[in-house]
Amino acid sequence: MNTAAEIVFDHVTKRYVGRNEAALADLSLEIPAGAFCVLVGPSGGGKTTALKMVNRLISFDSGDIRIDGRSVRDLPTTELRRGIGYVIQQVGLFPHQTVGENIATVPRLLGWPKSRITERTAELLELVGLETADADRYPAQLSGGQRQRVGLARALAADPPVLLMDEPFGALDPITRFRLQTELRRLHREVGKTVIFVTHDVDEAIRMGDRIAILREGGMLAQYDTPDAILAHPADDFVAQFVGEDRALRRLALRTLRDVALEPASNGEPGSRLSADTTVRNAVSQMIETKSEQVVVVDGDTVLGVFRLHDAGELL
Amino acid sequence: MQSHWGDTLQPALVQHIELTAIAVVLGFAIAFPLALLAHRYRKLEHPIGVFSALLYTIPSLALFQLLIPFTGLTWTTVEVALVAYTLVILFPNIVAGLHSAPDEVLEAARGMGLTRMQTLTQVELPLAIPAIVGGLRVAVVSTVAIATIAAFLLPDGLGYPIVLALKEPTPFKTEIYSAGALAISFALLCDLALVALRRALAPWAARGLA
Repeated sequence: MNTAAEIVFDHVTKRYVGRNEAALADLSLEIPAGAFCVLVGPSGGGKTTALKMVNRLISFDSGDIRIDGRSVRDLPTTELRRGIGYVIQQVGLFPHQTVGENIATVPRLLGWPKSRITERTAELLELVGLETADADRYPAQLSGGQRQRVGLARALAADPPVLLMDEPFGALDPITRFRLQTELRRLHREVGKTVIFVTHDVDEAIRMGDRIAILREGGMLAQYDTPDAILAHPADDFVAQFVGEDRALRRLALRTLRDVALEPASNGEPGSRLSADTTVRNAVSQMIETKSEQVVVVDGDTVLGVFRLHDAGELL
Repeated sequence: MQSHWGDTLQPALVQHIELTAIAVVLGFAIAFPLALLAHRYRKLEHPIGVFSALLYTIPSLALFQLLIPFTGLTWTTVEVALVAYTLVILFPNIVAGLHSAPDEVLEAARGMGLTRMQTLTQVELPLAIPAIVGGLRVAVVSTVAIATIAAFLLPDGLGYPIVLALKEPTPFKTEIYSAGALAISFALLCDLALVALRRALAPWAARGLA
């Protein structure tokens, strides 16, 4: 369960007939094996186009895309696609098949023996937080969130080294969306796939990505870096505007109190107690709300130290 | 009445079942490949649909007249007409069923590496079952009704006792009611059987599920 592959976009260009602007203009991107890479940007930026080129649902005019050094054009499309997990916003579960049959799609295409498929299906249901009994239900009997869990399990079924996700949580309510985002992050740590994740939501990009590629109209790469580096040093006005005026606060949201240097404190230190897993952003918010200058960071009953409001500015 | 069953109604019913079964089976055997073709090559859908609809507009008695010079007073003449009518019902239903797979389902199928043929057999055809069975239900019931007019050509089917009775001077014509009732019962039974078939083949399409 620990296979991942490096994905390289090498000067990839795509132009649709009858349109002046390129859908994707000379995109070069190296996504290290096991990375969670988010493609984000306004519509017309070519992020979905770029994603669908990896499994060749969309062709490209020039350049190349390589997975672990091998061009995606070297394999027959069906074989290529069976080796790449694919998750879309509308999920696209087969309505006439049970959850279990849906999950087993690619293993069945690959000719796995029945016993191995059954075993794998049970394993995946647990991995994505569904019950074993759900295997016999039909997609129409599931909630939106459950369906996307099945979609994820189906994409992971044959243990592909690469997972492509096209706005997978775009159709979910905010609470379900948040929960699935958190679980996907956990799952990514567990299974260690290379993920390419498309979204138009910059918050989601910052939350999910190890790396973010920001694409602008005309399919041009505006910036490709870690969320922290993009928020700290936006490459240009477009990126600065896209990530938002409150990027300092967004950066603070990337750190928890556990990650920052604290001043030592005794058990009697005044100030409200906050768990070390609280983000710095939330700690700052709390201090502003309670009109206090400091909070005491705790891990269970143990006091770890004091974090002061002016320390927050020093972090940036 | 007792004697009617043995010498008239029972053979007429058996003939009627045969007339209907041959028409629906042949009609399906022709409509299905045509529908697959129209599904694969979308440009064909319209011409085939228009052609079969044109057949439908010809009154059956007129169609018989047109066919008799070629096929005579035979079952073939009757079946050609009946098959033509089932085509008009079955073809568009099967095509609609094949087209009914949602776009996102087809995209997922493609994205997971199903070949075109696998998409057809594993996704599009199963999803078409409710529409196909729906078409069969209408085709069977209407064929049972239309098949009674075979009696204008041949002394066969449930239409024959009706035609005979119409010619009698007696005011109360038992045969009309008994033959009619038999035709209706047969149609209802077929319909129930097809509903059961759909439930068995497409359990996912049960009420409240889809």
